[in-house]
Amino acid sequence: MLARLASQRFLEIRQAFRLSYQHLDTPDNNPDLPLEFSVANKDKVKEILSHYPSNYKQSAVIPLLDLAQQQHGGWLPVSAMNAVANVIEVAPIRVYEVATFYSMFNRSKVGKYHLLVCGTTPCMIRGSREIEEALLNHLGVKRNEVTSDGLFSVGEMECMGCCVNAPMITVADYSNGSEGYTYNYYEDVTPKRVVEIVEMLRRGEKPPHGTQNPQRIKCGPDGGNTTLLTDPKPPPCRELDAC
Amino acid sequence: MGLGSLASRTLKSSRILSSQYSRFRPIVTKPGLQSPDASSAAAAAQPEPTPPPPKKPVGGARVEFTNPDDAIEVFVDGFPVKIPKGMTVLQACEIAGVDIPRFCYHSRLSIAGNCRMCLVEVEKSPKPVASCAMPALPGMKIKTDTPLAKKAREGVMEFLLMNHPLDCPICDQGGECDLQDQSMAFGSDRGRFTEMKRSVVDKNLGPLVKTVMTRCIQCTRCVRFATEVAGTQDLGMLGRGSGEEIGTYVEKLMTSELSGNVIDICPVGALTSKPFAFKARNWELKGTETIDVTDAVGSNIRIDSRGPEVMRILPRLNEDINEEWISDKTRFCYDGLKRQRLNDPMIRDANGRFKAVSWRDALAVVAEVALKVKPEEIVGVAGKLSDAESMMALKDLLNNMGSNNVWCEGTGTSPNADLRYRYLMNSSISGLEKADLFLLVGTQPRVEAAMVNARIRKTVRASNAKVGYIGPLTDFNYDCQHLGTGPQTILEIAEGRHPFSSVISNAKNPAVIVDAGIFERDDKDAIFAAVESIAKKGNVIRPDWNGFNVLLLNASQAAALDLGLVPESSNSIESAKLLYLMGADDVNLDKVPADAFVVYQGHHGDRSVYRANVILPSAAFSEKEGTYENTEGCTQQTLPAVPTVGDARDDWKIIRALSEVAGICLPYDTLSAIRSRMSTVAPNLLCTDEIEPAAFGPSLSPDCTRKVDSTPFKAAVENFYMTDSITRASKIMAQCSAMLLKK
Repeated sequence: MLARLASQRFLEIRQAFRLSYQHLDTPDNNPDLPLEFSVANKDKVKEILSHYPSNYKQSAVIPLLDLAQQQHGGWLPVSAMNAVANVIEVAPIRVYEVATFYSMFNRSKVGKYHLLVCGTTPCMIRGSREIEEALLNHLGVKRNEVTSDGLFSVGEMECMGCCVNAPMITVADYSNGSEGYTYNYYEDVTPKRVVEIVEMLRRGEKPPHGTQNPQRIKCGPDGGNTTLLTDPKPPPCRELDAC
Repeated sequence: MGLGSLASRTLKSSRILSSQYSRFRPIVTKPGLQSPDASSAAAAAQPEPTPPPPKKPVGGARVEFTNPDDAIEVFVDGFPVKIPKGMTVLQACEIAGVDIPRFCYHSRLSIAGNCRMCLVEVEKSPKPVASCAMPALPGMKIKTDTPLAKKAREGVMEFLLMNHPLDCPICDQGGECDLQDQSMAFGSDRGRFTEMKRSVVDKNLGPLVKTVMTRCIQCTRCVRFATEVAGTQDLGMLGRGSGEEIGTYVEKLMTSELSGNVIDICPVGALTSKPFAFKARNWELKGTETIDVTDAVGSNIRIDSRGPEVMRILPRLNEDINEEWISDKTRFCYDGLKRQRLNDPMIRDANGRFKAVSWRDALAVVAEVALKVKPEEIVGVAGKLSDAESMMALKDLLNNMGSNNVWCEGTGTSPNADLRYRYLMNSSISGLEKADLFLLVGTQPRVEAAMVNARIRKTVRASNAKVGYIGPLTDFNYDCQHLGTGPQTILEIAEGRHPFSSVISNAKNPAVIVDAGIFERDDKDAIFAAVESIAKKGNVIRPDWNGFNVLLLNASQAAALDLGLVPESSNSIESAKLLYLMGADDVNLDKVPADAFVVYQGHHGDRSVYRANVILPSAAFSEKEGTYENTEGCTQQTLPAVPTVGDARDDWKIIRALSEVAGICLPYDTLSAIRSRMSTVAPNLLCTDEIEPAAFGPSLSPDCTRKVDSTPFKAAVENFYMTDSITRASKIMAQCSAMLLKK
C-alpha cells in the first residue's frame, strides 16, 4: 500500500512538474533523441529564414517552432526545440523561453485532432461550457489529456474573434504532418453538433468548417440578411444647384 | 547589499527635518489672512532658506569623464550635477548622492527594467520614469522624493510582496535581503492581498546553489549574469505572467565556475549558498578583508567567521582584479580549512607511525638532522599557498645552512627569475580589457584563473576581440579559434606561416598569454624565445602597451620568483638528505632517496605527509597575516580571520624558531622585521595593492639555442575544484568535482 501511495505521489509530483515549466525526460521525449526537420520542411525553413536579416536569425524562432510543432504531430519534444536552436544559432534555453511563453506551443503530446474550445466571455454566455462538457464526456478525457487512441484532445483557447458566431471550437489537424496541417474554426456549434463533428473526424471525413448553422451564411444572420437587400439608393439630387 | 545604509540615511534625514522645523514657530500665518500690503512686506521679509550642501556620490564612487566636453548637467532634487553623456537617470542620481532603490538593475549587467522599483518623477514627463533605463538628457529635472515617486515605490513593493512567501525566519538571506531593506525604507506598512499566493517548484542547480524559487521576484539578474558574465546560457525565464519561473527547463546543473556569484546577485533568498544554508545569520558574522590564495589571481575576499570557524567567503570589490566576482573554488573551499588539519608537531617513530610531540622535541630533531647533513644535500621546497614572509625565511634558513637548493612548487626545477616580465602578467588584469586580440599559449584560463577568464570574456563581448588558442582541446565560454596543440604552432606563427600571424599584425593591442605550466617543460626557454619573436613581430611590447603575459598557477609563484627562490641544481632532490617541504604537496617525491629526512611544514595532511618524517603544523591563509603577490605583480596582504588550529604557528615563525634551535639564528623576530628583510630583496613586496611593472623587456633576454620539443601542451589543471591542499580536503569541492565536471 505504501508503494501505491508512493507511486501516486510520484505521479502527482510529475503532474505538478508538467504544469510548471520544467521538462522531465521520458523515453519518447528526451534530448538524446535526434530530431531534425524533414527534407520537405528544410525548404520551408530556408524560406522562413529569408524573411529576417541574416544576423538576426533568432527572430525566426516562432515560425520555426510552429513548423516543428506541425511536423511532430502537434507537440514540441525537447529535441525539436534543440533542433530549432541549432538552426537559428542560439542557446537552447532561449528557445525554451519562447516555447514556454506561448500557450499554443504544446510541450506535451496532443491528439491528432487537437480540439480547442473558446472560453472567453461572448462564447461563454452562449454556452461554451456546455460544449466543452459535451466533448469531454463524449471522449472520456479531461482537459489537455489525449484519448487512448491518440486521436483527440481537448483544450481551452482564448477568443478567436468569432464572437458573432459564438460558441465555436477550432480543430488543429495534425494528422497529415506539416503539409496537411489545417486550423479550422467550427462556429455556431451545439453540443450535439460538436459530437457529430468529432465522429466525422474520427471516420476520417472532413466536416465543412465555418458556421455549422445551415441557416447562416458566414456571419450573416439566421434566415438571411435583413438589411442591405438592395443596391444603394442614389443621392437625392445630382446637381446641387437644382436642389 | 548596501541598502541598509539607505534605510538609516532616510531615518537620519527625517530627524534633521524635524529638528529644522522645531526651530520655527509652529503657527504659520498664510499670506491671504493678512492685509494685502502687509502680505507683500512679509513675503519680502522672509529669509531665503539656505540650500543644503550637495551630497557625495553614492558609495564614494568617482566619476570618470572620458570626454570632458561631453559632460551634461542635470538637476537631481534641485542639485545640479555634472555627468558624462550617456549615463542613465539612476546613475546621475547616484553621482548626486541619491540612492534609488532597485532590484533588477546591476551595474555590471545589462539593463532589464522589469522590477520598476527605480521609478522617479521627471519634470514634464506624464508618467514616472524607470531611472535605470532612461538616459539622462541635458537639463532634465529629476525628483526622487516627491509623493508620486514615493507612491510608485510603495506600489511596486506591494506588488512584489504579494506573491512572496513569508519565509523571512527560515530564509538565509534574512538580514542581508534587499527586499527586506527596501520594504522597510520605501514600502508601506500595510498590504491588501487576501488571495492565495502562488508557489513554484524548486530547481536543482547543483551542489552549490540552493534554490527556493517561490521567493523569486523575477528580476532576471541571474539570467543576465549567466548569459553575459559567466557565458553559459543555462538559465532562462520560462512561462509568462505571475506563473513565470526561472529555470533551466531541462535538468541541468550550473557547471560554470562563476556559478556561486548568482548567490550574491540574487536580491532575495531564491538563490542561496547550499553549503551555508541555515548555518548562520549575517549579523553574527565578523567579516575580515583578506585575499584568496587558491589561484594566482589574488581575488579580494571577505571571510565571514563566527568565533573560531570560517562560515563563508564573499567577494570584495576590486575593480582591477576581480571586480565583484569570485570563482566557485574561492568561494566554497572554506570547509577544507576545517578538515584534515595538522594541529600538533609529530615525529614518525621507528614503527612508521606518527606520534604527537611538543614543539621543543620536534624542532630539536630537525635541527639535529640539519647539522649532520652536508650543505648541498639540504633541499627546501615552498608550497603553492606559501606567503612571501615564510618563503623569505626558508630561503634565509637554507642559505645560512649553506644550501641554495630552494624553489617554489610550480616554477619548475630550473626557473629563471632574472627578468620579471617573463613571469608576470604585464598588461595587468584590468589592462586586458584594452586588448583586441588574445593569443593563449598552452593556457586554459577558465580553470587556471577564472577571474582572468571573466575579464577576457568581458573584453571579447565588449569589443569583439579575437582569441586564438594553442593547447589541448578545452571548451571556452567565448568564441575561440583553436590553432594547434603544441609548440610547433608557435613556431609557425612566429615565422609567419600560420594564417593567424596576419591577424596578430593587424591587431592594435595584441595580448599573448603564456601558461606557467610551461615552466615544467625542458624546452621552456625555446618556447619563450618563440613567443617573444611573435611579440616582436606583432609589436606586442611597446611603451604604451605591454601585451606579453604569463599566467601563473599558484598564489606563491610570483613572490617566490621575486624573492629569488631559484635552486642551484635542477635535480637536487635526488641527492637530498634533508628535504624541507613548506606546504609543498604537489612535488614529485618519487626520486627522493629512501634515507632522506623529510620535514613537512604545512596545515593539511595532504599528500606529502605520507613521506614525511617530521610534521610541523602551520597556519593556513585565513589564520595568518601574509603577503601574496598575484600573477600581475600586485602585492596584497591576507589578514587573520580565525585563530589557528591546535598548536600550529605561522610558517616564518617556525623557521625562525628552528633556526634558533639549530644555532644559526635568523635576525628577525617580528613581522615588521621580516618585512624589512623582504624589502632588501624585493621592495615591491611591501607596497600593498600596487603593481610594480617589470623594468626590462625582451631586449635583455638571453639567446636560446635549444629547439622546441614537439610534445603537445598538457592541461596544467586537470580538476578545477581540487588543486591544492585546502581544496582537496574540502567536501564541497569533492561534491562539485563529482557532479559538475564535464565527463
